[in-house]
Amino acid sequence: MSAGEVPAFLRNWQFDLALGRAVGTFPAYMQGMFTDYEVGGFFDEMFDSAGKVRPHYAKLLERFSDMEPAELERKNALAASSYLSQGITFTVYSGDEGTERIFPFDLIPRIVAAKEWEHVERGLVQRLTALNMFLHDVYHDQRIVKEGIVPDYIVNGAKHFRPEFMGFDVPKDIYIHVCGTDLIRDDKGNYLVLEDNGRCPSGVSYLLENRQAMKRVFPGLFAKHGVRPVDRYPQELLAVLRHIAPNDNPDPTVAVLTPGIYNSAYFEHSFLAREMGIEIVTGADLVVQNQRVYMKTTKGLKQVDVIYRRIDDDFLDPLVFRKDSVLGVPGLVEAYRAGNVALANSIGTGVADDKATYYYVPAMIKFYLGEEPILPNVQTFLSAVESDRKYILENMENLVVKSANESGGYGMLIGPHATKEQVEKFRQAVIADPRGYVAQPVISLSRSPSFCEGNIEGRHIDLRPYVLCGEKISIVPGGLTRVAMKKGSLVVNSSQGGGSKDTWVLDEEDEPSVAEPSQSQTQSSSSTLA
Amino acid sequence: MLSRVADSCYWLSRYIERAETNARLLNVNMNLMLDLEDADKDSVRQHWQPVLASLEDQELFSTLYDHIDAESVMEFMTFEKKNPNSIISSISAARENARTVREQISSEMWEHLNKLYLYLRTEHARSDYRQTPHDFYRSIIDGSHLFQGITDATMTHGEGWDFLQAGKYLERADSTSRVLDVKYHILLPRGESVGGNVDLTQWMAVLKSCSALEAYLKIRIGHVTAWDVAEFLILHPTFPRSIRFSVDHMDRAIRRIAGSSASGFPCEAERLSGLLRASVDYATIESVFEVGLHQYLDRTQLRLIEIAATLSKTYCEWLDETASAA
Repeated sequence: MSAGEVPAFLRNWQFDLALGRAVGTFPAYMQGMFTDYEVGGFFDEMFDSAGKVRPHYAKLLERFSDMEPAELERKNALAASSYLSQGITFTVYSGDEGTERIFPFDLIPRIVAAKEWEHVERGLVQRLTALNMFLHDVYHDQRIVKEGIVPDYIVNGAKHFRPEFMGFDVPKDIYIHVCGTDLIRDDKGNYLVLEDNGRCPSGVSYLLENRQAMKRVFPGLFAKHGVRPVDRYPQELLAVLRHIAPNDNPDPTVAVLTPGIYNSAYFEHSFLAREMGIEIVTGADLVVQNQRVYMKTTKGLKQVDVIYRRIDDDFLDPLVFRKDSVLGVPGLVEAYRAGNVALANSIGTGVADDKATYYYVPAMIKFYLGEEPILPNVQTFLSAVESDRKYILENMENLVVKSANESGGYGMLIGPHATKEQVEKFRQAVIADPRGYVAQPVISLSRSPSFCEGNIEGRHIDLRPYVLCGEKISIVPGGLTRVAMKKGSLVVNSSQGGGSKDTWVLDEEDEPSVAEPSQSQTQSSSSTLA
Repeated sequence: MLSRVADSCYWLSRYIERAETNARLLNVNMNLMLDLEDADKDSVRQHWQPVLASLEDQELFSTLYDHIDAESVMEFMTFEKKNPNSIISSISAARENARTVREQISSEMWEHLNKLYLYLRTEHARSDYRQTPHDFYRSIIDGSHLFQGITDATMTHGEGWDFLQAGKYLERADSTSRVLDVKYHILLPRGESVGGNVDLTQWMAVLKSCSALEAYLKIRIGHVTAWDVAEFLILHPTFPRSIRFSVDHMDRAIRRIAGSSASGFPCEAERLSGLLRASVDYATIESVFEVGLHQYLDRTQLRLIEIAATLSKTYCEWLDETASAA
């Protein structure tokens, strides 16, 4: 842009004398509180690179443009206090007393256009279908290993592989009933899969509570927008759980198994139990007799048919897994093996959400379904593969290196932000345990306008849709959008100071036509090195 | 219903009731202090010592504070976290129990209790307590009343509700007996006669501590005597804080939980509770004073403890089992 030239985003502006401020003509440009907003070279969910609002955000821009920072501050405080009084909190321990904090909530929703969502949805259904087939395969014939698609050491060497369950048939052949797949968008707006959480993914309660909070704070927004509702999630989850009841029991007793009130996700466990109208139990509430699981009630023992467990495999049954666990139920695994109780998710699903296994998911999709993956993986290097390992060790400063078995943002090296010592430590770790690490280029995650410190600024986001697998695979429209609230940060995990925002998927008929981002299917063009 | 849930419901409402009793007791005694002429150290101690004695918290108190005065007793019973019976400890415990049964109680109940808890932990609560203690205690009492009202109106009157009722009325019967017992621990100042001015003020305070003065005066117009006050607080059939009323409602809740017919007593808690109810039903104030007021109240408290233990054994036997295994 040469001197004197009007910048692109100002060309369509007019000055409204009555309002005393500039207003955009359609297509709208940044205005009101967004005037100083910078897209900043990233893929922005709301504006294109010229500062033009994307069509499905136009109404939202109109509404927010009229607002003053003070009004947003007020709404922010309102939302925060409602979260606090409802106890939608997680506990942070410092000193001898736990402090309860709310999960930071951002007022500006993320909007997904209907067409875009349709694509994401198809991709997720395809992915979970393949993952469940993979799990069935690895616990039976291991065809995928025999045919050389996935190396033996990836499957049988996975930390969460449970050889004890080889040959065991889980109810209805479903392994992962609830999958939280993390998606990101790259600098071209392509959706990529970052990881699959196929053990006990959490966060869905925030998705549902965020919607409640938005409705409370912006009651007018929803009627105009045609936002697809999310509140049927608990009922769909219950249907999934009932579907796997032993002996097709038409009226099974279903319970949520929680580690207890000191667990950071306890709010969610109790929330889901309440919304489904079922009991929440701790290990101490259950007892196994004659290979059946019972709850201890005031009227004696009552048999439990299905358990939605929010405890990892390791802690489920001290007789089989960790002996020191007091969270689980002695004998539970035996009852499970006898087919007298169903578990969601099944035992041993961790082999599928291992980050080394993730590397092979596109191959899995081709192998089991004969299809091309609809949602590509982020470009990934597996240190167990020699050429990849060489690349990782040579480019460590530019890569994100992840331990294959950790989650929640732990066991991770962000190369460009790491000290020499940290890089060296990971280098040694990769050399010592090639099976244990993967690396990915630093992706410039898309950004979404967020209200931070009195201003609207772009913050990096991801998306975790919750995919349910019962009679069929279903997904509530949207998911949990996590936001890296810290300026410039790429880490969105709640345990690392991230927040979240409401995620809207629009009804098709209410939606202006939208130019689709390029949906490239190849890995190399859909991710960038930072 | 899960035994753990029943246990939590029961304790949840006991703790709320306990916080309310403390608030009322402190409020009344603080007001009473204001009437004391030339209060010296001794008379202040004489005033607060019985309050501690009735709650059986003297021992703990003396490990935490040097001497008994208004400030220390009020602090001990309001904000002292080391005192498991203080208002803040009781509300925290009630809230902790509510948290474990959140999916069983109504959201309205939880939110109200949570707000009360959050309020008590703020500096704002501290400053209310310092500047307008009367209003502060009123807000605790109102908070408890509101909780009862919300519970009544939003929760299914099923088993969980019955456990809440059993806990509330059992605690209330115990509280009223303790408040009445305060009088036993009061030594009249030298030269003061039974039935004199100080004595009268004290009996009125006992009534106020149970929010019973107005109700009492409507019945015994103008007469405040030891005999009548005791009769009212122990035996009145329809005043909601009398021992008889509380025991009656506790018994009804226990019967509903047991689900047995009016004639048989298949469960021990039900039998013990029925026994206490009958004995209060058939008691006269003469028979109470024959035993001795303090002795009678003491015995009642012991019977309540026994009922509580049996209730827990009958419906929550697993919990003990778990505790001993751990």
